[in-house]
Amino acid sequence: MSDTLYQTIDTGALHRRAQPDRIAPSMYYDPALFEAELERIFYKTWIWVAHESELPNPGDFRTTTIGRQPVIVVRDKSGAVHVLQNRCRHRGATVCEEHKGNAKGFTCPYHSWSYALDGTLRALPYGDGYEGVCEKNDLPLKALRVGIYQGLIFASFNEDIEPLEDFLGGAKPWIDLFMKQGAGYPIKANGEHKFRFKGNWKIQLENTTDLYHFPVVHKSWMKSIDDETAAAITSFMTSDDAFCRSLGNGHSLAVLVPELVDLDHDDGAPLPERFNDLAAKLAGRHSPAEVRRIVRSLMGVGFNLNLFPNLALSMAFFRVLRPLSSEETEIRHVALAMDGGPDEANRVRLRIHEHFQGPFGFGSPDDAEAWERVQRGSHAGPDVPILVNRGLNRETTAANGEKTAHATDETGMREAYRQWRAMMEQA
Amino acid sequence: MMDDRNALFSQQSFARAVEFIWREAEMLDRRDYRAWLDLWDPTGFYVVPIDPATTDYAASLNYAYDDQDMREKRVQRMTSGYSASASDAARTVRTVSRFTLESNASDVVEIKSAQVIVAYKRSATTIFAADLSHTISFAGGTPRLVEKVIRLIDSTEALSAIGFLL
Repeated sequence: MSDTLYQTIDTGALHRRAQPDRIAPSMYYDPALFEAELERIFYKTWIWVAHESELPNPGDFRTTTIGRQPVIVVRDKSGAVHVLQNRCRHRGATVCEEHKGNAKGFTCPYHSWSYALDGTLRALPYGDGYEGVCEKNDLPLKALRVGIYQGLIFASFNEDIEPLEDFLGGAKPWIDLFMKQGAGYPIKANGEHKFRFKGNWKIQLENTTDLYHFPVVHKSWMKSIDDETAAAITSFMTSDDAFCRSLGNGHSLAVLVPELVDLDHDDGAPLPERFNDLAAKLAGRHSPAEVRRIVRSLMGVGFNLNLFPNLALSMAFFRVLRPLSSEETEIRHVALAMDGGPDEANRVRLRIHEHFQGPFGFGSPDDAEAWERVQRGSHAGPDVPILVNRGLNRETTAANGEKTAHATDETGMREAYRQWRAMMEQA
Repeated sequence: MMDDRNALFSQQSFARAVEFIWREAEMLDRRDYRAWLDLWDPTGFYVVPIDPATTDYAASLNYAYDDQDMREKRVQRMTSGYSASASDAARTVRTVSRFTLESNASDVVEIKSAQVIVAYKRSATTIFAADLSHTISFAGGTPRLVEKVIRLIDSTEALSAIGFLL
Protein backbone atom coordinates (compact mmCIF):
# COMPACT_ATOMS: atom_id res chain seq x y z
CA MET A 1 0.00 0.00 0.00
CA SER A 2 2.62 2.49 1.06
CA ASP A 3 4.85 3.93 -1.62
CA THR A 4 6.25 7.31 -2.52
CA LEU A 5 4.02 7.98 -5.50
CA TYR A 6 2.12 10.59 -3.53
CA GLN A 7 5.20 12.80 -3.74
CA THR A 8 4.64 13.62 -7.41
CA ILE A 9 1.86 13.93 -9.95
CA ASP A 10 1.47 13.95 -13.70
CA THR A 11 0.50 17.47 -14.78
CA GLY A 12 -0.04 16.55 -18.43
CA ALA A 13 -3.42 15.49 -19.85
CA LEU A 14 -6.33 17.13 -18.05
CA HIS A 15 -8.06 14.00 -16.79
CA ARG A 16 -4.81 12.53 -15.46
CA ARG A 17 -4.50 15.39 -13.00
CA ALA A 18 -6.89 13.47 -10.74
CA GLN A 19 -5.37 10.23 -9.54
CA PRO A 20 -7.09 7.79 -7.16
CA ASP A 21 -5.21 9.16 -4.14
CA ARG A 22 -4.02 12.66 -5.14
CA ILE A 23 -4.70 15.53 -7.50
CA ALA A 24 -2.58 18.14 -9.23
CA PRO A 25 -2.69 21.65 -7.71
CA SER A 26 -3.56 23.07 -11.15
CA MET A 27 -6.96 21.40 -10.68
CA TYR A 28 -7.74 24.51 -8.65
CA TYR A 29 -6.48 27.27 -10.94
CA ASP A 30 -5.95 26.22 -14.56
CA PRO A 31 -8.36 28.32 -16.71
CA ALA A 32 -8.19 25.83 -19.59
CA LEU A 33 -9.16 23.02 -17.25
CA PHE A 34 -12.04 25.13 -15.94
CA GLU A 35 -13.38 25.66 -19.48
CA ALA A 36 -13.15 21.92 -20.10
CA GLU A 37 -15.06 21.26 -16.86
CA LEU A 38 -17.90 23.51 -17.97
CA GLU A 39 -18.17 21.65 -21.27
CA ARG A 40 -17.68 18.11 -20.03
CA ILE A 41 -19.36 18.29 -16.61
CA PHE A 42 -21.64 21.29 -16.09
CA TYR A 43 -23.08 21.23 -19.63
CA LYS A 44 -23.28 17.43 -19.69
CA THR A 45 -24.72 16.12 -16.46
CA TRP A 46 -27.68 16.84 -14.19
CA ILE A 47 -27.30 20.15 -12.35
CA TRP A 48 -29.52 21.12 -9.42
CA VAL A 49 -31.32 24.40 -10.10
CA ALA A 50 -34.11 24.84 -7.52
CA HIS A 51 -36.44 23.19 -5.04
CA GLU A 52 -40.10 22.85 -5.96
CA SER A 53 -41.15 24.77 -2.85
CA GLU A 54 -39.48 27.86 -4.35
CA LEU A 55 -42.09 27.74 -7.14
CA PRO A 56 -45.38 26.99 -5.37
CA ASN A 57 -47.67 28.80 -7.84
CA PRO A 58 -48.06 29.07 -11.64
CA GLY A 59 -45.81 31.87 -12.89
CA ASP A 60 -43.34 31.53 -10.00
CA PHE A 61 -39.76 31.58 -11.23
CA ARG A 62 -36.21 31.87 -10.08
CA THR A 63 -33.10 32.51 -12.13
CA THR A 64 -29.66 30.98 -11.84
CA THR A 65 -26.79 29.95 -14.05
CA ILE A 66 -25.44 26.59 -15.09
CA GLY A 67 -21.78 27.23 -15.70
CA ARG A 68 -21.90 30.60 -17.41
CA GLN A 69 -25.30 30.04 -19.00
CA PRO A 70 -28.19 31.97 -17.43
CA VAL A 71 -31.40 29.96 -17.03
CA ILE A 72 -34.91 30.51 -15.72
CA VAL A 73 -36.63 27.85 -13.63
CA VAL A 74 -40.37 28.48 -13.95
CA ARG A 75 -43.71 26.82 -13.22
CA ASP A 76 -46.21 27.23 -16.07
CA LYS A 77 -49.99 27.56 -15.90
CA SER A 78 -50.48 23.80 -15.95
CA GLY A 79 -48.09 23.37 -13.03
CA ALA A 80 -45.25 21.90 -15.08
CA VAL A 81 -41.70 23.04 -14.30
CA HIS A 82 -39.53 24.28 -17.17
CA VAL A 83 -35.88 25.25 -17.22
CA LEU A 84 -35.33 27.73 -20.04
CA GLN A 85 -32.25 29.44 -21.36
CA ASN A 86 -32.50 33.05 -20.24
CA ARG A 87 -31.74 34.39 -23.70
CA CYS A 88 -33.99 35.93 -26.31
CA ARG A 89 -33.96 34.01 -29.57
CA HIS A 90 -33.65 37.27 -31.52
CA ARG A 91 -30.47 39.02 -30.44
CA GLY A 92 -29.56 37.21 -27.26
CA ALA A 93 -30.57 39.57 -24.45
CA THR A 94 -31.62 38.08 -21.12
CA VAL A 95 -35.40 38.17 -20.76
CA CYS A 96 -35.36 38.21 -16.93
CA GLU A 97 -32.96 39.79 -14.45
CA GLU A 98 -34.84 39.19 -11.18
CA HIS A 99 -33.53 36.55 -8.77
CA LYS A 100 -37.08 35.31 -8.20
CA GLY A 101 -40.67 36.39 -8.56
CA ASN A 102 -43.94 35.70 -10.33
CA ALA A 103 -44.55 36.49 -13.99
CA LYS A 104 -47.18 36.02 -16.68
CA GLY A 105 -44.42 35.61 -19.23
CA PHE A 106 -41.03 37.03 -20.17
CA THR A 107 -40.54 39.98 -22.50
CA CYS A 108 -37.20 40.91 -23.98
CA PRO A 109 -36.35 44.53 -23.16
CA TYR A 110 -34.57 45.06 -26.49
CA HIS A 111 -37.27 44.53 -29.16
CA SER A 112 -40.19 43.23 -27.09
CA TRP A 113 -40.24 39.63 -28.20
CA SER A 114 -42.44 38.03 -25.58
CA TYR A 115 -42.48 34.46 -24.35
CA ALA A 116 -45.01 32.37 -22.45
CA LEU A 117 -44.12 30.62 -19.18
CA ASP A 118 -43.37 27.43 -21.12
CA GLY A 119 -40.95 29.32 -23.36
CA THR A 120 -43.26 29.59 -26.41
CA LEU A 121 -42.69 32.76 -28.45
CA ARG A 122 -46.08 34.49 -28.16
CA ALA A 123 -45.52 37.74 -30.00
CA LEU A 124 -42.97 39.88 -31.75
CA PRO A 125 -43.66 43.43 -32.90
CA TYR A 126 -43.97 44.34 -36.58
CA GLY A 127 -43.93 40.72 -37.69
CA ASP A 128 -44.13 41.58 -41.39
CA GLY A 129 -40.33 41.65 -41.49
CA TYR A 130 -40.31 37.94 -40.69
CA GLU A 131 -43.01 36.75 -43.12
CA GLY A 132 -41.47 33.98 -45.14
CA VAL A 133 -38.22 34.39 -43.19
CA CYS A 134 -38.83 32.41 -40.00
CA GLU A 135 -41.70 30.97 -37.97
CA LYS A 136 -42.58 31.99 -34.41
CA ASN A 137 -43.15 28.34 -33.55
CA ASP A 138 -39.52 27.60 -34.31
CA LEU A 139 -38.20 30.20 -31.87
CA PRO A 140 -39.16 29.37 -28.28
CA LEU A 141 -36.76 30.00 -25.41
CA LYS A 142 -34.52 26.97 -25.54
CA ALA A 143 -35.54 24.40 -22.96
CA LEU A 144 -33.31 22.09 -20.96
CA ARG A 145 -34.11 18.56 -19.87
CA VAL A 146 -35.79 18.60 -16.45
CA GLY A 147 -35.82 15.91 -13.77
CA ILE A 148 -37.40 16.13 -10.33
CA TYR A 149 -36.79 13.86 -7.37
CA GLN A 150 -38.22 14.53 -3.90
CA GLY A 151 -38.85 18.16 -4.95
CA LEU A 152 -35.25 18.64 -6.05
CA ILE A 153 -35.28 20.12 -9.57
CA PHE A 154 -32.36 19.22 -11.79
CA ALA A 155 -31.73 20.34 -15.37
CA SER A 156 -29.38 19.30 -18.14
CA PHE A 157 -28.29 20.68 -21.50
CA ASN A 158 -27.62 17.09 -22.56
CA GLU A 159 -30.59 15.68 -24.50
CA ASP A 160 -29.14 12.17 -24.28
CA ILE A 161 -28.60 12.19 -20.54
CA GLU A 162 -29.57 9.18 -18.46
CA PRO A 163 -32.77 9.41 -16.39
CA LEU A 164 -32.32 11.49 -13.23
CA GLU A 165 -33.17 8.57 -10.96
CA ASP A 166 -30.44 6.46 -12.56
CA PHE A 167 -27.97 9.30 -12.08
CA LEU A 168 -28.89 9.69 -8.41
CA GLY A 169 -28.66 5.91 -7.99
CA GLY A 170 -27.23 5.01 -4.60
CA ALA A 171 -27.90 8.51 -3.26
CA LYS A 172 -31.70 8.16 -3.52
CA PRO A 173 -32.33 6.35 -0.22
CA TRP A 174 -30.28 9.02 1.53
CA ILE A 175 -32.25 11.81 -0.15
CA ASP A 176 -35.41 10.11 1.14
CA LEU A 177 -33.95 10.03 4.65
CA PHE A 178 -32.92 13.70 4.42
CA MET A 179 -36.47 14.79 3.61
CA LYS A 180 -37.75 13.22 6.85
CA GLN A 181 -36.60 16.31 8.75
CA GLY A 182 -39.93 17.85 7.77
CA ALA A 183 -41.22 15.82 10.74
CA GLY A 184 -44.38 14.92 8.85
CA TYR A 185 -44.60 18.24 7.01
CA PRO A 186 -43.24 18.85 3.50
CA ILE A 187 -39.81 20.50 3.34
CA LYS A 188 -39.85 24.14 2.27
CA ALA A 189 -36.97 26.40 1.24
CA ASN A 190 -37.03 29.27 3.75
CA GLY A 191 -34.47 31.85 2.64
CA GLU A 192 -30.82 31.52 1.74
CA HIS A 193 -27.38 32.85 2.50
CA LYS A 194 -25.12 33.46 -0.48
CA PHE A 195 -21.43 34.19 -0.38
CA ARG A 196 -18.42 34.03 -2.64
CA PHE A 197 -14.93 32.80 -1.95
CA LYS A 198 -11.76 33.19 -3.97
CA GLY A 199 -11.19 29.58 -4.73
CA ASN A 200 -12.01 26.72 -7.06
CA TRP A 201 -15.41 25.00 -6.88
CA LYS A 202 -13.88 21.60 -6.15
CA ILE A 203 -12.46 22.87 -2.85
CA GLN A 204 -16.07 23.28 -1.68
CA LEU A 205 -17.10 20.01 -3.31
CA GLU A 206 -14.44 18.21 -1.25
CA ASN A 207 -15.47 19.95 1.94
CA THR A 208 -18.98 18.54 2.30
CA THR A 209 -17.72 15.08 3.25
CA ASP A 210 -14.52 16.36 4.89
CA LEU A 211 -15.37 15.82 8.54
CA TYR A 212 -11.66 15.84 9.39
CA HIS A 213 -11.65 19.67 9.24
CA PHE A 214 -14.66 20.21 11.45
CA PRO A 215 -13.22 20.35 14.99
CA VAL A 216 -10.30 22.46 13.73
CA VAL A 217 -11.94 25.05 11.50
CA HIS A 218 -15.15 25.33 13.52
CA LYS A 219 -13.67 25.47 16.99
CA SER A 220 -14.99 29.00 17.56
CA TRP A 221 -18.50 27.91 16.56
CA MET A 222 -18.35 24.89 18.88
CA LYS A 223 -17.32 27.10 21.75
CA SER A 224 -20.46 29.17 21.15
CA ILE A 225 -22.88 26.25 21.53
CA ASP A 226 -23.73 24.18 24.58
CA ASP A 227 -21.43 21.32 25.55
CA GLU A 228 -24.14 18.70 24.96
CA THR A 229 -24.60 19.73 21.31
CA ALA A 230 -20.88 20.16 20.70
CA ALA A 231 -20.18 16.69 22.04
CA ALA A 232 -22.94 15.13 19.95
CA ILE A 233 -21.86 16.80 16.75
CA THR A 234 -18.19 15.86 17.04
CA SER A 235 -18.65 12.36 18.44
CA PHE A 236 -17.82 11.08 14.95
CA MET A 237 -14.13 11.74 15.59
CA THR A 238 -13.92 8.71 17.81
CA SER A 239 -17.10 6.79 16.95
CA ASP A 240 -17.06 3.53 15.01
CA ASP A 241 -20.67 4.07 13.96
CA ALA A 242 -19.93 7.22 11.97
CA PHE A 243 -18.52 6.72 8.49
CA CYS A 244 -17.79 8.16 5.05
CA ARG A 245 -19.06 6.29 1.97
CA SER A 246 -18.91 6.51 -1.80
CA LEU A 247 -22.30 6.07 -3.48
CA GLY A 248 -21.32 5.96 -7.15
CA ASN A 249 -21.64 8.56 -9.94
CA GLY A 250 -19.50 10.96 -7.89
CA HIS A 251 -21.96 11.07 -4.98
CA SER A 252 -20.87 10.45 -1.41
CA LEU A 253 -21.99 10.48 2.18
CA ALA A 254 -20.55 11.42 5.55
CA VAL A 255 -22.49 10.25 8.62
CA LEU A 256 -21.56 12.26 11.70
CA VAL A 257 -24.48 11.65 14.10
CA PRO A 258 -25.57 8.04 13.55
CA GLU A 259 -28.55 8.38 15.93
CA LEU A 260 -30.10 10.96 13.58
CA VAL A 261 -29.72 9.14 10.28
CA ASP A 262 -33.34 7.96 10.21
CA LEU A 263 -35.52 10.46 12.05
CA ASP A 264 -38.42 8.00 12.07
CA HIS A 265 -36.36 5.85 14.37
CA ASP A 266 -36.53 7.37 17.84
CA ASP A 267 -34.03 5.89 20.26
CA GLY A 268 -35.88 7.53 23.16
CA ALA A 269 -32.86 9.55 24.26
CA PRO A 270 -33.73 12.73 26.19
CA LEU A 271 -34.30 15.78 24.00
CA PRO A 272 -31.49 18.35 24.09
CA GLU A 273 -32.01 20.64 27.06
CA ARG A 274 -31.64 23.80 25.03
CA PHE A 275 -34.93 22.98 23.29
CA ASN A 276 -36.88 22.57 26.54
CA ASP A 277 -38.71 25.89 26.17
CA LEU A 278 -39.69 25.12 22.61
CA ALA A 279 -40.85 21.63 23.54
CA ALA A 280 -43.03 23.09 26.29
CA LYS A 281 -44.65 25.51 23.85
CA LEU A 282 -45.25 22.81 21.26
CA ALA A 283 -46.82 20.53 23.86
CA GLY A 284 -49.93 22.69 23.90
CA ARG A 285 -50.86 21.80 20.33
CA HIS A 286 -48.95 18.61 19.59
CA SER A 287 -48.87 15.11 20.99
CA PRO A 288 -45.74 14.07 22.93
CA ALA A 289 -44.69 11.93 19.96
CA GLU A 290 -45.08 14.85 17.55
CA VAL A 291 -43.10 17.12 19.86
CA ARG A 292 -40.26 14.60 19.94
CA ARG A 293 -40.39 14.22 16.17
CA ILE A 294 -40.24 17.98 15.57
CA VAL A 295 -37.54 18.70 18.15
CA ARG A 296 -35.37 15.77 17.05
CA SER A 297 -35.49 17.17 13.49
CA LEU A 298 -34.47 20.76 14.30
CA MET A 299 -30.78 20.16 13.65
CA GLY A 300 -31.60 18.18 10.51
CA VAL A 301 -30.34 14.69 9.78
CA GLY A 302 -27.09 13.27 11.08
CA PHE A 303 -25.31 13.24 7.72
CA ASN A 304 -24.04 15.25 4.77
CA LEU A 305 -24.92 13.92 1.32
CA ASN A 306 -22.81 15.23 -1.54
CA LEU A 307 -24.40 15.03 -5.00
CA PHE A 308 -21.92 15.52 -7.80
CA PRO A 309 -21.30 18.14 -9.01
CA ASN A 310 -23.19 21.05 -7.40
CA LEU A 311 -25.60 20.09 -4.60
CA ALA A 312 -25.24 18.89 -1.04
CA LEU A 313 -27.98 17.95 1.37
CA SER A 314 -26.12 18.90 4.48
CA MET A 315 -27.74 18.16 7.84
CA ALA A 316 -30.43 20.89 7.91
CA PHE A 317 -29.88 22.80 4.66
CA PHE A 318 -29.11 22.61 0.94
CA ARG A 319 -25.61 23.67 -0.11
CA VAL A 320 -25.38 24.75 -3.73
CA LEU A 321 -22.18 25.68 -5.49
CA ARG A 322 -21.87 27.76 -8.63
CA PRO A 323 -18.45 27.95 -10.30
CA LEU A 324 -17.72 31.52 -11.42
CA SER A 325 -14.17 31.07 -12.70
CA SER A 326 -11.25 28.76 -12.03
CA GLU A 327 -10.51 30.80 -8.90
CA GLU A 328 -13.91 32.01 -7.69
CA THR A 329 -17.04 30.18 -6.51
CA GLU A 330 -20.44 31.18 -5.19
CA ILE A 331 -22.06 29.19 -2.40
CA ARG A 332 -25.73 29.20 -1.44
CA HIS A 333 -26.92 27.78 1.84
CA VAL A 334 -30.68 27.32 1.58
CA ALA A 335 -32.48 27.21 4.92
CA LEU A 336 -35.30 24.68 5.28
CA ALA A 337 -38.59 24.80 7.13
CA MET A 338 -41.55 22.55 7.83
CA ASP A 339 -44.15 23.76 5.33
CA GLY A 340 -47.24 24.33 7.46
CA GLY A 341 -45.36 23.33 10.59
CA PRO A 342 -45.29 25.23 13.89
CA ASP A 343 -43.89 28.77 13.50
CA GLU A 344 -41.96 28.67 16.75
CA ALA A 345 -40.07 25.57 15.62
CA ASN A 346 -39.40 27.02 12.17
CA ARG A 347 -37.99 30.14 13.84
CA VAL A 348 -35.62 28.01 15.88
CA ARG A 349 -34.50 26.44 12.61
CA LEU A 350 -33.82 29.92 11.20
CA ARG A 351 -31.74 30.89 14.23
CA ILE A 352 -29.73 27.64 14.02
CA HIS A 353 -29.05 28.36 10.34
CA GLU A 354 -28.00 31.97 11.02
CA HIS A 355 -25.71 30.86 13.82
CA PHE A 356 -23.44 28.82 11.54
CA GLN A 357 -24.11 29.76 7.92
CA GLY A 358 -23.60 32.72 5.69
CA PRO A 359 -21.00 35.45 5.29
CA PHE A 360 -21.55 36.65 8.89
CA GLY A 361 -22.21 33.26 10.47
CA PHE A 362 -20.00 31.60 13.07
CA GLY A 363 -19.00 28.79 10.67
CA SER A 364 -18.99 29.75 6.99
CA PRO A 365 -16.42 32.58 7.22
CA ASP A 366 -13.91 30.17 8.74
CA ASP A 367 -14.60 27.64 5.99
CA ALA A 368 -14.09 30.38 3.40
CA GLU A 369 -10.83 31.41 5.06
CA ALA A 370 -9.52 27.84 4.95
CA TRP A 371 -10.59 27.40 1.31
CA GLU A 372 -8.98 30.65 0.23
CA ARG A 373 -5.79 29.55 1.95
CA VAL A 374 -5.94 26.29 -0.05
CA GLN A 375 -6.38 28.28 -3.25
CA ARG A 376 -3.44 30.59 -2.51
CA GLY A 377 -1.19 27.81 -1.28
CA SER A 378 -1.88 25.53 -4.22
CA HIS A 379 0.10 27.86 -6.49
CA ALA A 380 3.27 26.73 -4.71
CA GLY A 381 4.80 23.60 -6.19
CA PRO A 382 2.79 22.77 -9.31
CA ASP A 383 4.12 19.21 -9.24
CA VAL A 384 3.48 18.67 -5.53
CA PRO A 385 0.16 16.82 -5.27
CA ILE A 386 -2.82 17.66 -3.11
CA LEU A 387 -3.47 14.53 -1.05
CA VAL A 388 -6.83 12.80 -0.90
CA ASN A 389 -5.49 9.51 0.46
CA ARG A 390 -6.67 9.60 4.07
CA GLY A 391 -8.17 6.27 5.10
CA LEU A 392 -7.07 4.21 2.10
CA ASN A 393 -5.64 1.80 4.68
CA ARG A 394 -9.07 1.07 6.18
CA GLU A 395 -11.48 1.42 3.28
CA THR A 396 -13.77 -1.53 2.59
CA THR A 397 -15.76 -2.23 -0.57
CA ALA A 398 -19.27 -3.66 -0.47
CA ALA A 399 -20.75 -5.99 -3.07
CA ASN A 400 -22.51 -3.05 -4.73
CA GLY A 401 -19.19 -1.23 -5.12
CA GLU A 402 -19.77 1.34 -2.39
CA LYS A 403 -16.64 2.05 -0.40
CA THR A 404 -16.77 2.85 3.29
CA ALA A 405 -14.14 4.20 5.67
CA HIS A 406 -13.96 6.23 8.85
CA ALA A 407 -16.02 9.43 9.06
CA THR A 408 -12.87 11.54 8.88
CA ASP A 409 -11.55 9.77 5.79
CA GLU A 410 -11.41 11.09 2.26
CA THR A 411 -13.47 8.38 0.58
CA GLY A 412 -16.07 10.92 -0.57
CA MET A 413 -13.48 13.15 -2.23
CA ARG A 414 -12.00 10.15 -4.00
CA GLU A 415 -15.45 9.27 -5.36
CA ALA A 416 -15.98 12.81 -6.65
CA TYR A 417 -12.61 12.79 -8.36
CA ARG A 418 -13.26 9.32 -9.82
CA GLN A 419 -16.39 10.72 -11.47
CA TRP A 420 -14.57 13.91 -12.45
CA ARG A 421 -11.90 11.90 -14.20
CA ALA A 422 -14.43 9.69 -15.99
CA MET A 423 -16.30 12.73 -17.32
CA MET A 424 -13.17 14.66 -18.23
CA GLU A 425 -11.82 11.68 -20.17
CA GLN A 426 -14.76 11.89 -22.55
CA ALA A 427 -13.80 14.11 -25.46
CA MET B 1 -46.57 71.47 15.43
CA MET B 2 -43.29 71.41 17.30
CA ASP B 3 -42.80 74.22 19.84
CA ASP B 4 -39.42 75.82 20.48
CA ARG B 5 -38.69 73.74 23.55
CA ASN B 6 -39.39 70.49 21.69
CA ALA B 7 -37.31 71.66 18.75
CA LEU B 8 -34.38 72.35 21.06
CA PHE B 9 -34.73 68.97 22.74
CA SER B 10 -34.90 67.37 19.35
CA GLN B 11 -31.72 69.08 18.19
CA GLN B 12 -29.91 68.09 21.36
CA SER B 13 -30.90 64.45 21.20
CA PHE B 14 -30.10 64.34 17.50
CA ALA B 15 -26.62 65.70 18.15
CA ARG B 16 -26.06 63.29 21.04
CA ALA B 17 -27.24 60.39 18.92
CA VAL B 18 -24.93 61.29 16.04
CA GLU B 19 -22.01 61.60 18.42
CA PHE B 20 -22.92 58.19 19.85
CA ILE B 21 -23.08 56.60 16.38
CA TRP B 22 -19.69 58.03 15.42
CA ARG B 23 -18.19 56.73 18.63
CA GLU B 24 -19.63 53.30 17.88
CA ALA B 25 -18.20 53.41 14.35
CA GLU B 26 -14.77 54.22 15.69
CA MET B 27 -14.95 51.35 18.19
CA LEU B 28 -15.88 48.92 15.45
CA ASP B 29 -13.04 50.05 13.16
CA ARG B 30 -10.64 49.61 16.10
CA ARG B 31 -12.21 46.19 16.80
CA ASP B 32 -12.85 47.24 20.37
CA TYR B 33 -15.71 44.77 20.56
CA ARG B 34 -15.82 44.42 24.34
CA ALA B 35 -16.44 48.14 24.68
CA TRP B 36 -19.00 47.90 21.87
CA LEU B 37 -20.99 45.35 23.90
CA ASP B 38 -21.32 47.95 26.66
CA LEU B 39 -23.11 50.33 24.30
CA TRP B 40 -26.11 48.01 24.23
CA ASP B 41 -29.32 47.85 26.17
CA PRO B 42 -29.61 44.16 27.20
CA THR B 43 -32.95 43.88 25.40
CA GLY B 44 -31.55 45.23 22.14
CA PHE B 45 -31.15 43.52 18.78
CA TYR B 46 -28.33 43.78 16.26
CA VAL B 47 -29.79 42.91 12.85
CA VAL B 48 -28.37 42.41 9.37
CA PRO B 49 -31.40 41.44 7.28
CA ILE B 50 -31.32 39.77 3.87
CA ASP B 51 -34.80 40.69 2.63
CA PRO B 52 -34.66 44.46 1.87
CA ALA B 53 -38.34 44.89 2.79
CA THR B 54 -38.68 42.82 5.93
CA THR B 55 -39.32 44.27 9.37
CA ASP B 56 -40.35 40.94 10.92
CA TYR B 57 -36.80 39.81 11.52
CA ALA B 58 -37.71 36.95 13.83
CA ALA B 59 -39.74 35.29 11.08
CA SER B 60 -37.08 35.82 8.40
CA LEU B 61 -33.67 34.44 7.60
CA ASN B 62 -31.13 37.18 8.34
CA TYR B 63 -27.38 37.45 8.11
CA ALA B 64 -27.41 38.31 11.80
CA TYR B 65 -30.23 38.61 14.33
CA ASP B 66 -28.43 38.94 17.64
CA ASP B 67 -29.91 39.36 21.06
CA GLN B 68 -27.60 40.03 24.00
CA ASP B 69 -26.56 36.38 24.27
CA MET B 70 -25.69 36.08 20.58
CA ARG B 71 -23.86 39.42 20.59
CA GLU B 72 -21.72 38.22 23.46
CA LYS B 73 -21.05 34.93 21.69
CA ARG B 74 -20.20 36.76 18.47
CA VAL B 75 -17.71 38.99 20.26
CA GLN B 76 -16.31 36.04 22.16
CA ARG B 77 -15.78 34.22 18.86
CA MET B 78 -14.12 37.19 17.21
CA THR B 79 -11.73 37.82 20.08
CA SER B 80 -11.03 34.20 21.09
CA GLY B 81 -8.24 33.46 18.64
CA TYR B 82 -10.04 30.28 17.56
CA SER B 83 -11.58 31.74 14.40
CA ALA B 84 -9.21 31.92 11.44
CA SER B 85 -11.37 34.45 9.62
CA ALA B 86 -11.63 36.76 12.64
CA SER B 87 -7.98 36.42 13.60
CA ASP B 88 -6.98 37.46 10.10
CA ALA B 89 -9.84 39.86 9.49
CA ALA B 90 -9.76 42.77 7.09
CA ARG B 91 -8.85 46.22 8.37
CA THR B 92 -11.74 48.59 8.00
CA VAL B 93 -12.44 52.26 7.69
CA ARG B 94 -16.09 53.26 7.83
CA THR B 95 -17.84 56.52 7.17
CA VAL B 96 -21.30 57.13 8.63
CA SER B 97 -23.21 60.16 7.43
CA ARG B 98 -26.49 61.41 5.87
CA PHE B 99 -28.18 61.36 9.29
CA THR B 100 -31.90 61.94 9.61
CA LEU B 101 -34.03 61.93 12.75
CA GLU B 102 -36.85 59.49 12.11
CA SER B 103 -38.61 59.57 15.43
CA ASN B 104 -38.10 61.08 18.81
CA ALA B 105 -40.37 59.98 21.62
CA SER B 106 -39.95 59.64 25.36
CA ASP B 107 -36.16 59.46 25.51
CA VAL B 108 -35.83 57.14 22.52
CA VAL B 109 -34.64 58.37 19.13
CA GLU B 110 -34.41 56.60 15.82
CA ILE B 111 -31.67 57.82 13.50
CA LYS B 112 -31.24 56.74 9.91
CA SER B 113 -27.92 57.09 8.14
CA ALA B 114 -25.66 55.84 5.38
CA GLN B 115 -22.58 53.74 6.03
CA VAL B 116 -19.73 52.94 3.67
CA ILE B 117 -17.11 50.48 4.90
CA VAL B 118 -13.92 49.93 2.96
CA ALA B 119 -12.37 46.65 4.06
CA TYR B 120 -8.79 45.78 3.18
CA LYS B 121 -7.33 42.28 3.26
CA ARG B 122 -4.60 40.60 1.21
CA SER B 123 -4.22 43.23 -1.49
CA ALA B 124 -7.97 43.54 -2.02
CA THR B 125 -10.42 46.21 -0.90
CA THR B 126 -14.12 45.44 -0.60
CA ILE B 127 -16.92 47.92 -0.10
CA PHE B 128 -19.88 47.24 2.18
CA ALA B 129 -22.48 49.98 1.65
CA ALA B 130 -25.58 50.04 3.81
CA ASP B 131 -28.50 52.05 5.11
CA LEU B 132 -28.38 52.06 8.90
CA SER B 133 -31.06 52.51 11.47
CA HIS B 134 -30.08 53.13 15.11
CA THR B 135 -32.63 53.20 17.88
CA ILE B 136 -31.02 54.79 20.92
CA SER B 137 -32.45 55.15 24.41
CA PHE B 138 -31.44 58.04 26.67
CA ALA B 139 -33.74 56.88 29.46
CA GLY B 140 -30.99 55.89 31.88
CA GLY B 141 -28.92 59.00 31.29
CA THR B 142 -26.26 57.13 29.30
CA PRO B 143 -27.26 56.44 25.70
CA ARG B 144 -27.88 52.76 24.98
CA LEU B 145 -28.49 50.94 21.70
CA VAL B 146 -31.93 49.36 21.55
CA GLU B 147 -31.72 48.31 17.94
CA LYS B 148 -29.28 48.57 15.06
CA VAL B 149 -30.37 47.46 11.62
CA ILE B 150 -27.84 47.26 8.79
CA ARG B 151 -29.46 47.01 5.36
CA LEU B 152 -26.71 46.21 2.89
CA ILE B 153 -27.56 47.52 -0.57
CA ASP B 154 -26.50 44.17 -2.05
CA SER B 155 -28.00 41.98 0.67
CA THR B 156 -29.64 39.62 -1.84
CA GLU B 157 -26.40 39.11 -3.76
CA ALA B 158 -23.54 36.81 -2.87
CA LEU B 159 -21.31 38.64 -0.38
CA SER B 160 -17.76 38.08 0.75
CA ALA B 161 -17.44 36.30 4.08
CA ILE B 162 -16.14 38.71 6.69
CA GLY B 163 -14.44 38.52 10.05
CA PHE B 164 -15.48 41.92 11.44
CA LEU B 165 -18.66 43.65 12.58
CA LEU B 166 -20.75 45.92 10.36
